Amino acid sequence: MDKLILKNIRKSFGSNEVIKGMSLSVREGEMICLIGASGSGKSTLLRTINLLEPIDDGEIFLDGVDIAEPGFDPQSVRRKIGIVFQNFNLFPHMTAVQNVMLAPKRVLGQSRAALMPKITALFEQFGLADRMQHYPDQLSGGQQQRVAIIRALAMAPEIMLFDEITSALDPELVAEVLDVLRSLRSQGMTMILATHEMSFARELSDRVCFLDQGVIVEEGPPEQIFTAPKQARTREFLNSVLRRN
Amino acid sequence: MMVAAISTLAVLVAIIALIPLAPGWPAVQKSFFNWEVFAKTFPGLLEAFVLDVMIFAWSAPLIAILALLVALARDARSPALYPLRMFAMVYTDVFRGVPVVLTVYLIGFGIPGLGLPRPWNSPYIWGSLALILTYSAYVAEIFRSGIESIHGSQRAAAASLGLRERDIMWSVVLPQAVRRVVPANMNMLIALQKDVALLSFIGPVEIFRQAGVFKSLYANFTPYVGAAVIFLLITIPATRFADYLMARQHAARS
Repeated sequence: MDKLILKNIRKSFGSNEVIKGMSLSVREGEMICLIGASGSGKSTLLRTINLLEPIDDGEIFLDGVDIAEPGFDPQSVRRKIGIVFQNFNLFPHMTAVQNVMLAPKRVLGQSRAALMPKITALFEQFGLADRMQHYPDQLSGGQQQRVAIIRALAMAPEIMLFDEITSALDPELVAEVLDVLRSLRSQGMTMILATHEMSFARELSDRVCFLDQGVIVEEGPPEQIFTAPKQARTREFLNSVLRRN
Repeated sequence: MMVAAISTLAVLVAIIALIPLAPGWPAVQKSFFNWEVFAKTFPGLLEAFVLDVMIFAWSAPLIAILALLVALARDARSPALYPLRMFAMVYTDVFRGVPVVLTVYLIGFGIPGLGLPRPWNSPYIWGSLALILTYSAYVAEIFRSGIESIHGSQRAAAASLGLRERDIMWSVVLPQAVRRVVPANMNMLIALQKDVALLSFIGPVEIFRQAGVFKSLYANFTPYVGAAVIFLLITIPATRFADYLMARQHAARS
């Protein structure tokens, strides 16, 4: 059964409709990349999935349950779906490890002692064992983004959403964050990424969706999208970004 | 540097040399700057100032608590809490709109006038309450501006982790907001320290009232100057400290 199904969702900000009826199914363990120009609706789509943005119309099924229904408890959804943002959004008044522990402590009621081994292992896995007691402003962008990923993983989510997480990074720091995604991929995490990293999308994703002006114009395996796109708009977009690289 | 020093010196010399030339200076000197009276009354004034410090000390934490509650009430987002938000708004409007001294009079004389038994008719209680109500209105607005200055992405990040509204406020928003408004609140503390003297109008013999007693006793205004000196000893270092905090925060943000 599909892990996540979006059915014809719509979302407007004022009179500006940014999602004009998108549908998408995601299987367990699948990695999906959303590509498209800024303003095409990638970020908003991700934010609707974990209910940070309520949708105006459509359905979102998580494990067969419609979570977009009004009155559905958003906290229970967010416990299963983690999100990492472009600008990290770490809490600046907390150390890296405090950032990571906050939600497991408050939401899951786990004790610091019980959490410590698991969280230390995550920091070690992502090469940050010596940065646990640092504050965000003492970390590089790449390190902050890895802490943000650990923070989301600490809630043991079933799906991870990544909203252009390398876009705010200096070029030399992008690789360390992409490595984290590779390792998550190898662990079988279900992931949806909005990304501008075309070669990365091509290398790792199971499926690529091209978004333009609030609709999913085309979706398919990366080889097909990148080498033989069916839609003219997809071709145009890929030509413009690949020429730039 | 050199220019500044010379011009400062010139101004000082002018003041010291010119003011004594005024026709009334000998009389003013005698009644305001009488060293003998100053020396005799200063210890008594210091003693009375302890009361100011005490009123300040118990009012300040209560102001912090009430102000925080009012600020949170004004930030309440649930439609069901609209009356609370409304009440908080009216409260801040009223108490920021009335001169402190009027609030002190109205509460300080009005409530004991209800015929409350001792110790509930004490002007200390109701005078302090007047200060607490007034200052909480201002400090609540400061807290609120701090809360609103925290970027929405912080709330979104916290919400995306499954935290509930209350945890987001207490663990993520407030700690940052409160830190951000420390300098502004320092200025409120300095103002409060001075406004404690207003309680003298309803009874407590704090420094201002004590200075008045000495004034009558010695038929001389010097005790008021003494009282001013004591206030300055406290407020000038505190003001410098607030400025320092403010400058440090500006540096950190730019």
